[in-house]
Order: sequence, then C-alpha cells, then structure tokens
Amino acid sequence: MAAGCDSAASLAAAVAEANHAGRELYLRGGDSKAHLTGCGPSAPLSTRGHTGIVDYRPDELVVTARCGTSLRELSTALAAEGQMLPFDPPRFGGGGTFGGAVAAGFSGPGRPWLGATRDAVLGANIVNGTGQRLAFGGQVLKNVAGYDVSRLMVGAFGTLGLLLEVTVRVQPRPEAVATLASACSAEAAAGTCQRLLRQPLPVTATCHVDGVLRVRVAGSEAGVRRACEALPLDIEEEGDAFFDAVRDHAHPFFADVAAADVAAAEAAADHAGTPHAAAAEAGPTLWRLSLPRGALFTEAGALVEWAGAQAWWRTALDAEQVQARAQALGGFAAPFHGGWPKRSASVRAAMQRIKAAFDPNGILNPHVMDDAH
Amino acid sequence: MRRAAVVESLKAALAPGNLLTAPAALAPFETDGLTAIRQRPWLVALPENVDEVRTVLKVCREHGVAVVTRGAGTGLSGGARPLADGVLLTLTKMNRILEVDVASCTARVEPGVVNLKITEAAAPHGLYYAPDPSSQIACSIGGNIAENSGGVHCLKYGLTLHNVLGITVQTIDGEELVLGGKTLDAPGYDMMAAMIGSEGMLGVVTEAVVKLLPTPLAKRVLLAAFDDIRRAGDAVSAIIRGGIVPAGLEMMDALAIQAAEDFAHAGYPRDAAAVLLCELDGDEAEADADAARVQAILADAGAKEIRLARSEVEQEAFWRGRKSAFPAAGRLAPDYYCMDGTIPRRELGVVLEDIAALSRRHGLPVANVFHAGDGNLHPLILFDSSKPGETERAEAFGGDILKRCVAAGGTVTGEHGVGVEKLNEMCVQFGAGEIEQFHRLKAAFDPAGLMNPGKAIPTLARCSELGGMHVRGGALPHPELERF
Repeated sequence: MAAGCDSAASLAAAVAEANHAGRELYLRGGDSKAHLTGCGPSAPLSTRGHTGIVDYRPDELVVTARCGTSLRELSTALAAEGQMLPFDPPRFGGGGTFGGAVAAGFSGPGRPWLGATRDAVLGANIVNGTGQRLAFGGQVLKNVAGYDVSRLMVGAFGTLGLLLEVTVRVQPRPEAVATLASACSAEAAAGTCQRLLRQPLPVTATCHVDGVLRVRVAGSEAGVRRACEALPLDIEEEGDAFFDAVRDHAHPFFADVAAADVAAAEAAADHAGTPHAAAAEAGPTLWRLSLPRGALFTEAGALVEWAGAQAWWRTALDAEQVQARAQALGGFAAPFHGGWPKRSASVRAAMQRIKAAFDPNGILNPHVMDDAH
Repeated sequence: MRRAAVVESLKAALAPGNLLTAPAALAPFETDGLTAIRQRPWLVALPENVDEVRTVLKVCREHGVAVVTRGAGTGLSGGARPLADGVLLTLTKMNRILEVDVASCTARVEPGVVNLKITEAAAPHGLYYAPDPSSQIACSIGGNIAENSGGVHCLKYGLTLHNVLGITVQTIDGEELVLGGKTLDAPGYDMMAAMIGSEGMLGVVTEAVVKLLPTPLAKRVLLAAFDDIRRAGDAVSAIIRGGIVPAGLEMMDALAIQAAEDFAHAGYPRDAAAVLLCELDGDEAEADADAARVQAILADAGAKEIRLARSEVEQEAFWRGRKSAFPAAGRLAPDYYCMDGTIPRRELGVVLEDIAALSRRHGLPVANVFHAGDGNLHPLILFDSSKPGETERAEAFGGDILKRCVAAGGTVTGEHGVGVEKLNEMCVQFGAGEIEQFHRLKAAFDPAGLMNPGKAIPTLARCSELGGMHVRGGALPHPELERF
C-alpha cells in the first residue's frame, strides 16, 4: 500500500531552513493551477517527490495519500475498488496533485449534492511555517477533539502549511449515471434547478450553457431510470463526459478565454507577479460567481452550474459592475485567473492573524491569496 | 468590587430582565448536561439581540472578565460550565427564525433557535434540517455549532459542519466576522471550519445560515439480532463495503438491549448479544432495493434474526428502544458515565471485546449503545457514586476506553466535545506541537484568553504533569473533577 516515496522529513527540513533564513517559498505541486495563483518571486518547493497512497480501506470509505500523489493515480486506485472522491476535484489540463486539490479546495460539478472538498477532509499532517510537522484530525468521520485545523487548510492554498498527507472520505461510485438535456432559457433553467433542490431525486449535477440545461442523475440502475422519467428534460446523453469536461474547464466555453487569460497572466507574472491587472486589459475576463443555490443569474455568455450556485461569466464589464451583479443575488465574484474575492476588513484582519499563528515569518506562499491588488 | 462595577455597566446597557444577579436566579445555570460539575455563575447575561451581545463582550473586555457562552445547556462535556468570576452569556432569548428561503433551500436563524424548530419551520416546504442530535427537542443551533453536533443520521447527511453555510461571529475584541452565507463557499480562509466545534473558545455566533434538504420520500428500518457482538461489528463494515450508505446504522449490546426492553418494550430479542438498527431512505423503490441488499448482507454476516418494520408504527417501535437506551441505562445503576470515543469501523468488534475485558478488570458493568455506522462509541459505565471508590474506578475505566480508542486510530471525542471533561485525554491524542498550535490559533481570535478559558484545549503544563502521573499509575485520574 505504501508505494511511492516518503519525503516528509526533507520537506519539513526545507521549510524550517527557509523560515530560519527568512526566505519565501512557493509550494508547488503539479502546476495545474499555477496560472490561477501566481507565485511572485518566491523560491519553489516541489511536493512532487512526496507520493503514494499511505492507507486505503475501502470498507472504511477512507483514503490517506501523500500530497504529491497525482489525482489520476488516486482516482484510478479508488475506481479499482468501485469508489471515488466525492468532491470530484477539477484536473485542469488533465493534471494536478492530491495536495494541490485539497489546498485549492475546488469542488466538481456535484458540489451541492456530494459536498465540497472540505466536507470530505478528515485529517491532515502538515508542516507549518516554522517547519514543525503536526497532525490534526484523523481517519474517523466524527472527531471533535481540538480545533478543526485540517479543514482550515482547505482552500488556504498552502499559505498556512504544507499539506504532507491528507485523509479524505470516499464514496461508492454510482451503479449508473445518465445525463439529460433540454433546450431552455436561463430563467427556465433556474426555475427547474430551484424545483430540483426541493425534490429528493438522485441529481448530482446541473449545467446551463448555450441555451441548454443538462442534469446528471446517478444512483442505482432503477433509481436513475425512474429519475429520468420524472425529470422534465427530453434528450438523454451517454454517461457524464459533458460534466467531466465542465469540471476540468475542457468544455469549449472555457477554451479561448482561458488561453487569453493565461497568456496575459503569464506575461504579467513575468513582470510584477500580479497577473490580474494585465488579464483585465486583455479582453473579456473569466469571472467565477459564487451565488446562493437556485439563484436567477441570467446573463448572456455565462455557464451556470451547481443548481445556480456557481456561475462562470466571460465579460468585459469592469470589476465593480460584475461584483455588483453577484452581490445583488447574494453572492460574490472574482476573476478566476489570478484574482481573489474581496474580503471584508474584519475577515482580512482575522486572516492575517491566522496566517501569523501558523506561519509567523510569512514565508509560505506569501504572494498567493493576496487580494491587495 | 469588580463584580459591582461589571453589574453596573451591564445593567446600564442591557434591557431590564436581561441580567441575572440574584443567587436564586443564577442557580438554574450552575451546570450544563454534564450535571456532576456544578458552579454557580458570577452573573448571567441574557441578551436579546446582537447589539446586547456586543455590549456584554465589550464590558467584559474592558474589565478583563471571562465569558462563557451557553445555549440550551444540553452539552455533555461541561463546555458551558460557568465560572465563579466570569459572565455566563446565555443566548436562549435570541431564538428567532429570521428567514426560510425556499429558493436557495436555506434558513437564517438566531443562535438560540432549538434544532427541531428549524425542521418544523421548513417542513411545510418539504424541507428539513438534517443534523438531529438526540437532544434536538431542546438543544440550540448555536450550541450545535459550538460542538459540531452529530446525530443518528450523520453517516449519510453529515455533521453540523456539513449543514451550516454561514455564521456571523462576534469576537471579544469587538469585531464582527460574517463568514459564508447562502453561497456554498466564501472568500478567504475557511474560518467557519475553525469556528464550528470550537466550543465557544474563539467567538460568539449570533446568526447562522443553514442548509435545508428535501424530506426523503420513503424510509425502511431493519432490525438484526446477533449471537456474537464481534459478528455484529463486522456486519457494520460489510454493509458499508457493499456500497450502501444507510441513513442510520446503530448498535446496542446485550445489557443495553435488556435495559431498553424493560424500559420501552420495543420488542427487541432479549437473548441477543447485539442488535443492529439500519435505516435506509430514498424513493420507495430505492429504499426497497437497499433494504433487500442489506438484508442479504446481514444474513451473510450471521444475523440470527432479521426484521423489516412493516409500518411507520413499527419503525418507531424499533427506534424507541434505541432512543430510550440512555434513560433505560439510568435504571440499571444509580449512576452512569457516558463515554464518546470514535474508532475506525473495522475495529468495532475487537474494541468492543476489549471494553468487555476492561469491564471485568475494573469490576464495573458497561452497556454499549452507539452510532455504529460512523464508529462512534457510547459506552455507558454503570456505577454507584455512594460506594467508596466506585467513582474513581468508573473514571479510570473511562480513561482506559478512550486510550484504547486513540490506540485503534480513533479519537477521544466523536460528538460530545472536550469541554472540561476530556482535557486530560487531549494530552493522549495530541503532542505538544499540536497543542501549541491550537493555542496560537485561539490567540488569533482571543489574544487575552477571555473566551471560555480552561476548556477544550489543555495547557502544556497540565499534559506534562499528566505524563508524570502516567508513569506512576498508568491511569488517568481527574482529581479536580467531581463527577457522578
């Protein structure tokens, strides 16, 4: 089981040494999300040498793996036992490491029904900013001993600690999956999603793009069959390849805008390490909007998933206008490539104190999650 | 003198009736659900709104007075035990359901709202709030958030942390943190993860947005009896391994079965060594299909009897035995001590056998009633505190059980929290590095250490003293705690 390579000691030593020297580090996994975060001038510390599935017990529905393990390897191992990661993390460009997925905390199309990355995390061994190796949480579902530090790490993009290994809950793969589609307006799609949220049907994803609403249902053969009959959508598509493409931003909706954003972000990062401003000048920006489920977001040029709770919008409108649209619906917005959502002053201040509690000298990914620009 | 000054400041700021100072008025607040630990609070503040909460915190900060936040007082680990020189901030008057938003399937509530009231408010829309701790008719959502409460359905539907989307927190330094909301994620760090289950150590929750789920169309309840407790434990793993996630999966051992039968007459087989209850939900056909599969798995696992409840009345009867297990155990002995360790499911059988061996060694009976699906044990140690030495033996027995849970890869508390009760066991579970990190995280929210001091996280000094005692006695004494 413990195939792979244990580099925990050398990673901890590298952090301790950098802390001692006051040298900034950029924690680097599979580079599949580097274009989203920017790294500034920090020296990279690669986690790719710390690999392997440490413990996998299918009958516990729990797996522990080292951060450098590729998402592909992990998913293959789970699939061999008929299981999967419930949070179904995106694999941009087909790549990505387990540690990177947990650090970013992005969740796949099933988020409203199957839970977020943080929902599945049960424990984490980390290296904090002073090089200490610490273990939080564990392998059991119910555990209220101490503060929930392992879940605090999710979505912190490595700014609070290097995730050495993480334990997550897994779940059985559904026996059957089907995707249904129907042409409809954004308004009608939002109405359908609102109704779906109130019906106990085995829906595990929705997406409205280019005037078509798609709904994924998953469960037992018979349950999927019955759901297909009950849902007001008429065309049935094979499997769930469509939703995998949306998850990985491989769907054509993301293609050109992503390329433009990435190019601009990279160009800007070369100069100043702050990709956002340059990306905005390059043309329509790809915005991510986090909205309440069932939200009526009906702008043209948007892709709306998560029963309305996540929208992707390519627009040349300026930041204030986009953010105002999101706020009007009870949510928030940020450019996906190189931008971070605005936080309130009190949240920012608390984040700085938390950062100092884990990384007193500010050496871990200091230029990531920085919304100052 | 100091008390008089604090009383004066609070009286000026709070509406009449929202500050209790007279001994008779303070008496009902001496304890939470861990009733053996009593302390008359210094003062009780009962704010009606967020402004009054902020005022109480401000007055306490200015006077350097500690604050213990309390909800309904049903907690089982003494997390809301008052202080002799601190303010007990009781949030039961903030009990309004502010909004049920059907479009986003959320409810916005004040912290004092009783858990079950949320489901009652959502039910007309075909929705409910999933976490259902046993005390749900009394416990408050604020307390659920402080403890990250579970319930019998959390294997499938998650703990409090999976069902709360947003909280508004007041810190002792006067900050208001709005974390999350109706959206599924929030800008910045997942501070809500740190807050949920933090036992009132970081701040005061004054509002919450919770997720509502559609009420399942159908449910099935199975009861299986086993001749051997280990086989019952292994059956639990086999069900999960079979790809089924039951809505509830509960287990009781022989002593608990007999006690429950005497008390509730639920019709459990009295001669069984263990009984498993399994609830499955979904639409009618799915619930039927899952029930059939679970029946086959239970038969393979060696169940000597399997019953499927044929009506809602019978489903309730099956559950009645389980739900009455705690009061039923209360009739077996003058006192019982409820433990709350969690272990990986695969260890259930062997750890239950070890608990039986420990029971013989300590000379005290134990009844096991627990959330088998998530490996959360609730051994009830039966004793008589009026007999010399029994209380100490019960505590030593409990300490041994929790150490066994940690050794099995589990934890010293699955859902009841650390409070004042399991501070020593925290030293078994965590090293000095983790405990120091916890203290630094607390200081990020409460630098002066005024929020619920002395709870949840032990000091390193306490752990090192305990280490010394380990070497001498091999047991975990609790000299400062007067329990049962």
